[in-house]
Amino acid sequence: MSDAILKIKNLKIEFKSGKETVQPIRGVNFELKKGETLGVVGESGSGKSVTSLAIMGLLPERTSKIVDGEINFKGNDITNLKEKQYRKIRGNEISMIFQEPMTSLNPVFTIGQQLSEPLRQHRNMSKKEIEKAVINVLNQVGIPRAEQIINEYPHQLSGGMRQRVMISLALLCEPDLMIADEPTTALDVTIQAQILELMKNIKQENDMSLLLITHDLGVVAEMCDRVVVMYAGEIVEVAEINELFNEPLHPYTRGLIDSMPTQNTRKERLYSIRGQVPRPNEITKGCVFANRCPLAFSKCFEETPPVFARDDHLSKCWLQNTKEGEVV
Amino acid sequence: MAEEALLQVNRLKKYYGISQGLFKKDIIVRAVDDISFTVHRGETFALVGESGCGKSTTGKTILRLTEPTEGEVIFNGTDVATLQYNDMRSLRQQMQMVFQDPYASLNPKKTIKQLLMEPLRVHKKFKEKERLQKVTEMLDIVGLSKEYLDRYPHEFSGGQRQRIGIARAVILQPDFIVADEPVSALDVSVQSQVINLMLDLQKEFGLTYLFISHDLSVIEHMTDRVAVMYLGKIVEVADTETLFKDPKHPYTQALISAVPISHPAENKERIILKGDVPSPANPPSGCAFHTRCPFAMDICRQKEPETLLFEDGHTATCHLYTTKSREELNYVTSDSK
Ligand SMILES: Nc1ncnc2c1ncn2[C@@H]1O[C@H](COP(=O)(O)OP(=O)(O)OP(=O)(O)O)[C@@H](O)[C@H]1O
Ligand SMILES: Nc1ncnc2c1ncn2[C@@H]1O[C@H](COP(=O)(O)OP(=O)(O)OP(=O)(O)O)[C@@H](O)[C@H]1O
Ligand SMILES: [Mg+2]
Ligand SMILES: [Mg+2]
Repeated sequence: MSDAILKIKNLKIEFKSGKETVQPIRGVNFELKKGETLGVVGESGSGKSVTSLAIMGLLPERTSKIVDGEINFKGNDITNLKEKQYRKIRGNEISMIFQEPMTSLNPVFTIGQQLSEPLRQHRNMSKKEIEKAVINVLNQVGIPRAEQIINEYPHQLSGGMRQRVMISLALLCEPDLMIADEPTTALDVTIQAQILELMKNIKQENDMSLLLITHDLGVVAEMCDRVVVMYAGEIVEVAEINELFNEPLHPYTRGLIDSMPTQNTRKERLYSIRGQVPRPNEITKGCVFANRCPLAFSKCFEETPPVFARDDHLSKCWLQNTKEGEVV
Repeated sequence: MAEEALLQVNRLKKYYGISQGLFKKDIIVRAVDDISFTVHRGETFALVGESGCGKSTTGKTILRLTEPTEGEVIFNGTDVATLQYNDMRSLRQQMQMVFQDPYASLNPKKTIKQLLMEPLRVHKKFKEKERLQKVTEMLDIVGLSKEYLDRYPHEFSGGQRQRIGIARAVILQPDFIVADEPVSALDVSVQSQVINLMLDLQKEFGLTYLFISHDLSVIEHMTDRVAVMYLGKIVEVADTETLFKDPKHPYTQALISAVPISHPAENKERIILKGDVPSPANPPSGCAFHTRCPFAMDICRQKEPETLLFEDGHTATCHLYTTKSREELNYVTSDSK
């Protein structure tokens, strides 16, 4: 597809801890089209944050390594970019909202100081212009009394306001791509509803592409055009949003949807996927989901399935085995 | 269900004083501010509300893990708040707690066997020889193998740890369990496993739960009645089904409308609340919700609303209903307390 702004091809990432090497990202493929909101869902440890850090060029240098694959942004391979070149992209063309709002704002600088930084770095603007732009962006995310807030410190703000500041920080340089890693997980439902509404509006106004990482299928249903389902460091399914909910092809996706309380009769036992996600060092041959899959057969324990395609709907499961649909 | 009251909470208050240094007055945080409710034997009673509204404080005060500032907690006919230490300790056998964070709530230096034997020993439950047998049975009930007996908490996943926490609470065969966000820290697939375990145990042992959560879809699924809290107060109580079908309080309405949809084709009418939850150290005057309420009237700023009874034990504390029948919305009644 030519209208893709971001392409991840066969990405593999290793971590070294002590003598041990683990590979929590084991062949990730997906594309983000210009202007779309792509959801990445998956349980804790499935590799969502590591994948997004890789896109931002923020993997820990000493302990991690991209051992294979390519990250392509607007037609350029950015996989092995030097830090100096990455700085031109980061916070400018691609920006990110991190999972932990408190840890990603620096407690010793005022909100104004922190919001000025990217503009100082990437734009040739006067002090006055910068302040105006900062107040403007704070207004855009619905922060009241922006003129005062710029002189306040992160701890003086509520969780919801901090998350708004994070969003405004990510918006400052009008990026082409915004990555939001669990942007509302730490927030209350009423505040979550505010922030999601805000992100929808901003995306529309700014002609931006959004990569939205979450473990909450409700948030996905609310926000996304397409969805990538991750499991144990792999992409197991990719589908258009309605198709994903109406006709999930991978048994893991089906299990996730079936275990939503709203999909079950009140007061009865919930559908549940037995067992738990394997840790990176527990993965053996065959399909990563086989040991928890209610539909697994002998082949699933022997051979890793390739990705099968039904039009744009991809799934990595032997149940989809109809020779012609095979992609890899 | 025969509605026998197992727990009655009457006008309970828990204030925390936060010192501001030598010469300044303490800040008073009204974490729980005059709440009353009744939990019936065998039911699951939910407390829902946003972060900081006082859910955990309510749970802890009921079990007297923290002392109430004022009010009564009547459990099975006994006022928990006035019990002496020893009596309280023996009552704890019947009242247990499951905590939110399965990582922080288990002592990392103890094996699973020690963690589960301890409450039996402390409360002198069962004969010494039978205890290990009981522990293995309990592990089996919560779906863990007895091979795990000599392992330490850090060797388990979050879901497994939460099962251990539940086993530890249930092993004393209590009547009543306060479950404080028991599934919030867990992944979707593990969350449903733990909810199922709680449903099974309730059936098997006739347990009564006070279920604390901010997740409305979990509450809708597994509870019988719900109390909605806002800034230390209860604003609405109803049967779970009634609450979701016919929420009376504007805050409850907003809360329910804020829950994400469960299918992309679903179209949901949203009430987006403005602003953030105010601080319980400095709550707004009148009705504490008036600063965010889309229907706020003059009276809401001035006077605290009374609790009104609708049908079947459905109550709401809101001026919309106290003033509705009156001609003038600004009419202030003189019976304020
Ligand atoms: N710096 C690191 N060193 C070693 N292993 C790491 C490091 N960062 C992440 N991992 C491992 O990589 C895997 C994927 O982690 P990641 O943080 O991407 O998960 P996630 O999908 O974002 O989960 P969550 O929903 O909990 O945020 C995990 O097994 C994790 O332990
Ligand atoms: N030990 C304490 N000292 C002072 N203030 C406290 C203490 N414990 C709780 N509080 C305050 O009391 C209020 C209620 O807290 P509580 O933990 O009961 O809320 P909660 O409803 O359980 O919130 P959450 O959903 O975040 O767990 C909060 O404002 C909190 O900061
Ligand atoms: Mg993450
Ligand atoms: Mg709490």
